[in-house]
Amino acid sequence: MIANPFEYSTPATLAEALGLIADGAKPLSGGMSLIPMMKLRLASPEHLVDIARLPELNYIREENGELHIGAAVTHYDVESAPLLCGKCPLLAETAGHIGDIQVRNRGTLGGSVAHADPAADYPAALQALEAKIVLRSAAGERVVTAAEFFIDTFTTALEPGEIVTEVVVPVEPGLTGTSYQKCLQPASGFAIVGVAARVRRDGANFGAVQVGITGLTGTSYRATAVEQALVGKPATDETIRAAAAHAADGVEANSDLHASADYRTSLAVSYTTRALHSALSRSA
Amino acid sequence: MNRTINLSVNGKRHTHQVEPRLLLIHYLREVVGLTGTHMGCETSLCGACTVEVNGKAVKSCTMFAVQADGADVVTVEGLAGPDGKLHPVQEAFWNEHALQCGFCTPGMIMVSKQILERNPDPTDREIREGLDGNLCRCTGYQHIVNAVRTAAKAGV
Repeated sequence: MIANPFEYSTPATLAEALGLIADGAKPLSGGMSLIPMMKLRLASPEHLVDIARLPELNYIREENGELHIGAAVTHYDVESAPLLCGKCPLLAETAGHIGDIQVRNRGTLGGSVAHADPAADYPAALQALEAKIVLRSAAGERVVTAAEFFIDTFTTALEPGEIVTEVVVPVEPGLTGTSYQKCLQPASGFAIVGVAARVRRDGANFGAVQVGITGLTGTSYRATAVEQALVGKPATDETIRAAAAHAADGVEANSDLHASADYRTSLAVSYTTRALHSALSRSA
Repeated sequence: MNRTINLSVNGKRHTHQVEPRLLLIHYLREVVGLTGTHMGCETSLCGACTVEVNGKAVKSCTMFAVQADGADVVTVEGLAGPDGKLHPVQEAFWNEHALQCGFCTPGMIMVSKQILERNPDPTDREIREGLDGNLCRCTGYQHIVNAVRTAAKAGV
């Protein structure tokens, strides 16, 4: 399988890359989604701009209680960077669930986020973390929340000429427990349903809770009904079971050859239960 | 428009003019002439085409050769020493009968090397998770897992 011919540029700076993208070129990062689509000729960009090696997109740093991750950081680096493993374990754990070693070695955080596959893993964690996504074009920069960014299947808040340049997640307070639980499609590794949970205790009760879900419907979402059913309630199995029953409230579940809508909904409830149990057990 | 790429393959420098759409696997097999790396599924599922680019195992069917410009690439042909002495992972695959038809073997060996570089003493579960992106259709997985364990004991 050979892609259609294209022009290939390797700009030295982000500004130069954004200039080419403003003129209609397509950004290429790790290529783990784009290259298979080009080989299948589902995508035939005439001009690719390789942004994967731009130093301006390759960094992980801590600033004012937040972690800033450049868009071209690979899944392997997200999974293994001591700063992320220590200070945002939910994102590191989620990255370790993506594809396989070879895919995680090439694929990038920004590329996956921008592609917005409805079965991708990061969106669940980014929703639960209330992450910020930094978007930039030749005209300037803006910041949106994960909830604003993910709109629908392969559809994001990115405007023509804009790329994802950075993802910002909070430094996790030490007492918070987090977990990502996923029912994966064994051949592709994609999530049939994936649930990310963050739990803080308030004495014997649940304090703040965030739950993000991917794979169930066209886009990831915050399961606010689950969160509301937990906050201030006793941190028990019974509370978790009752709350997780709301995982798919107001959501129209996808149906495909891997899982019917009913089965997916049932998986969402089960994996929300697992994620909450696991996160609770990791909270202090 | 063709581009000039300059890269190292198994320690030897190569400079070629290539079309941007040329995949790394085709570059290695057809331009450089190293056919040890196998093209299996062509859809980044089977892992037979796994090679190392700058120390990282990648599927060479899902990378353009131009993306490897300036890189150090290692294929299965680059693992044995100059005297022909097999790499410990190759040695372990041989001793544990970790291949039947041999088609998946180059990719299995390259990813096994990466697994052990990152985790010198993996559990069976960690080995199996590490082999997640590679398929063996002779279903020789148990022997492959045994080989990775043996290579770990030998020290990679």
